[in-house]
Amino acid sequence: MTSENNTSQAAINPLTIKVLTEREDEILEIWMENRVNSSDFRETLISGEELRADSQSFLRAFITAIANSNVEEMRGKEFNAIRRLLLEISEARAAQAFSPSETAFYVFSLKESLLPFLRDAFRDDPETLLEELNKLSKALDKLGSFIFVTTIKNRERVIRQQQQDMLELSTPVVQIWDRIICLPLIGTLDSRRTQLMMERLLERIVKTRAEVAILDITGVPTVDTQVANYLIKTVTAVRLLGSTCIITGVGPSIAQTIVHLGIDLSGIITRNQLSDGIRQAFEMTRQRVVPINAPPDGEPSAEKGDTDDRVQSTYSESW
Amino acid sequence: MTAFKVPILKVGDVLLVSIQADIDDRAVLELQQRVLEQIELTNARSVLIDISLLEMVDSFTGRMLSDIASMASIMDAATVVVGIQPAVAITLVELGLELKGVSTALDVDDGLRILKERMKEKRRKRTVGADEHATA
Repeated sequence: MTSENNTSQAAINPLTIKVLTEREDEILEIWMENRVNSSDFRETLISGEELRADSQSFLRAFITAIANSNVEEMRGKEFNAIRRLLLEISEARAAQAFSPSETAFYVFSLKESLLPFLRDAFRDDPETLLEELNKLSKALDKLGSFIFVTTIKNRERVIRQQQQDMLELSTPVVQIWDRIICLPLIGTLDSRRTQLMMERLLERIVKTRAEVAILDITGVPTVDTQVANYLIKTVTAVRLLGSTCIITGVGPSIAQTIVHLGIDLSGIITRNQLSDGIRQAFEMTRQRVVPINAPPDGEPSAEKGDTDDRVQSTYSESW
Repeated sequence: MTAFKVPILKVGDVLLVSIQADIDDRAVLELQQRVLEQIELTNARSVLIDISLLEMVDSFTGRMLSDIASMASIMDAATVVVGIQPAVAITLVELGLELKGVSTALDVDDGLRILKERMKEKRRKRTVGADEHATA
C-alpha cells in the first residue's frame, strides 16, 4: 500500500488518521502510562487527572489537525487551534514550575506512544510506516519546539511583571516626623529604579514640605560609581528643592568601596545608622528627643514644664 | 507681543521676586538688571525669588538664577530661591546645574525664615562680602 497521492507528499496517509482516530483512547492510555512511569514525571507538580485532561484535548486536537491540514507547513485553522491549546498548557505548566524542556519532552513523548499503533496498521508496508512516522515525528517536533519557546516567553513575561511589581513595592517614602521623611532603599539600584525613587522622593518633599529627607541605604548591598552618581544627583536635586538630604546606613564595606572608587561625597551628610540620621534630622529641624520626666541637662527649654512631650520643639527660639 | 514684566515687591528688608510664567532669555536678563537696580534703590538686604510656577527651566535661566545670587551677594544682599518643582530640580541636575552657592527653600515661608536667620548671623558676625552658601 504505497502512497497513492504523490502530488501532496506532505499529507498524512488516510489509514494513519483512521487508526489514530479509532484508537485514540488506547493511545491516550499508553501515553499516560508512559508519562506516569517515566523518570521525569513529577507527581508533586501536577495531578494525574489534570495531565490526562490536558493530554486528551491535545491528542484530539493533534489528530484533527493532521487530518485536515498540511503537516509540512503547519498552517490552517486546525493548527491554530492546537497552538492555542499548547499556549494554555504551557502557561499552566509554567505556573506549576515545570521547566521548559520538561514541557517540550511532554509533547515529544507522544511519539513513542503512537509507534505501536502505526506498526500494527502498516505491518505489511515498512516503507510507508517509515514515511508516516517521519511526518508525525516532524509535526510533533515542531509543536514541541513551539511549546518550548512559548514556555520561555511566558516565563519572561512573569519575570517582567515581577520586576514591575518589585519596582513599585521597593520605593516607599515614610514620614518619620513633622517635616522629616525617610526613603529606605532595599536591593540593587539601577537607573530606572533610581529615577523612580528620585521622582517619588522629590514629590513627597514638596507635598509634605519636608525639611529633611533621609535616604537609608542599609539594604543596598553594594555601591558602585553609577549608584554613587545617582545618590549624588538625588542629594543635589533635594537641595535644589530647598531641603536637605542625609544618607544613612553607610556601612564599612560601602565606605571602603566609596573611598577606593575615589567618589567624593564630602558635600553630603552621611551617617552610619538610621538612628544617627534621625537624630541629625531632629537637630536640623530644631527639635530634640528627651526622656519623659527627666529634665535635659542644662537645656533652657526644660523650664517650660511640657516634659510629657517626647519631642520638644524649640522652633520658636530660632526666631 | 507685550513684554512680560516680573513683579518685584519690597516687603520689609526683602525683595520678593515672583516669576509667574515661563520666561524667555531676554526677560531673564531684564529681570537680573531690575533686581540689582532695586537692591541699590531700596537698600534691600535680601532677595527671595519664587519660581514655584515655573514648570521648566533651561540652562540659561538656571545659570542666570545663580548669577543673580552671586551679583546680589556682592551687593551685600542674600538670595534664596524657593519653590523649585521636582521636575525642574531633576532637569537642573541632569543639566549639571547644581546652583552652587544659591540657597534654596521649599516655599516663601521657609525662604523668609532662612533669610531672617542669615541676617541675624550676619549682624552677629559682621562679615562683609560673599556669603558662603548656607542650607538651614
